[in-house]
Amino acid sequence: MAIKQYLFSTVLTLLLGLLVVSTVLAQQPTPSDDQVNVIAKQLYCPVCENIPLDVCPTTACAQWRELIRQKLALGWSEQQIKDYFVQQYGARVLGTPPPKGINWLVYLVPPVAILAGVYVLYRVFISWKRPIQQGEVQPSTPDPPALTDENQDEYIQRLEEEVRKR
Amino acid sequence: MNDISTSPAEKSSQRALPRWGRILAWVALFALLVIVAMVLLQKQQGPVAVGQKPPTFTLTTFDGEQVGPAEMAGKVVLVNFWASWCKPCEQEAADLESAWRYYQPRGDVLFLGIAWTDTEPASLGYIEKFDITYPNGPDLGTSISQAYRITGVPETYIIDKNGLLAYVKLSPFTSLSEIKASIDPLLSP
Repeated sequence: MAIKQYLFSTVLTLLLGLLVVSTVLAQQPTPSDDQVNVIAKQLYCPVCENIPLDVCPTTACAQWRELIRQKLALGWSEQQIKDYFVQQYGARVLGTPPPKGINWLVYLVPPVAILAGVYVLYRVFISWKRPIQQGEVQPSTPDPPALTDENQDEYIQRLEEEVRKR
Repeated sequence: MNDISTSPAEKSSQRALPRWGRILAWVALFALLVIVAMVLLQKQQGPVAVGQKPPTFTLTTFDGEQVGPAEMAGKVVLVNFWASWCKPCEQEAADLESAWRYYQPRGDVLFLGIAWTDTEPASLGYIEKFDITYPNGPDLGTSISQAYRITGVPETYIIDKNGLLAYVKLSPFTSLSEIKASIDPLLSP
């Protein structure tokens, strides 16, 4: 009976010991500011729009960074932490919106606009390079009206009068 | 040999985009403008106006309790948006709790606190600090605050027994009497 009790208490002690050891192993050392900021710079707090979380000076952002530190200490991965923030505060906390729904526009419009621009430039350059056909030549300024004999005579007459006066 | 049989006008039409391309470009541009206009309109809308039916929502409290339209029906509901980092919120916290304790026995008034962009440990610390006993919960995904189009905290919305928005306060209450003055007219004699 005494042996059974001894065995029981030994097994119980070992099990409890394992539990404590596994708990301690699951805890990570306190993450550094750099580790926190790797994730923080990808997040934006709705209170301070357009300021990344890693450089945001408000109390709200400091709380968020502390939350990231706590999650890292618990062994959460970067993706798990980002997912948690999206669940808690919405997708707008992410620096890059997830590619779904209307967010696709963010990913599609710029490349399409760039491609369209390149195409337009290409057509313009081609048109510049094309040799000018004779029929396409357009005078840039109209020629001055030709002087008729009558106009010319009058002009010469006025010139001679002016010369005579001097 | 030069292509002298093609007139300049014909060459110009050859250089232009095909018809389907032009139509597609105009449709895409129009769609983009419509989306931008819709987003701008949405952003320029102010808070929910008095007399309108406010957005419905279900709040999951920090205790895990669900408070939704069924719990709010037929009651005067005070919805207060706050955050633990918000100093003006602290200014009204004690008065809101006093008001809740004053109205709670009646059974026809419900107070709801919604923590906006706050962390749970900080929110719980705030609730404990001000000994707040009315239901409080996080604004998950900031969906409730977006529906109400809040511009900051604290903001308080009071809904009458018919489910219409009766009062909006976009700054902290300054006294218990101010809170009572906004609720009392909505209660049946």
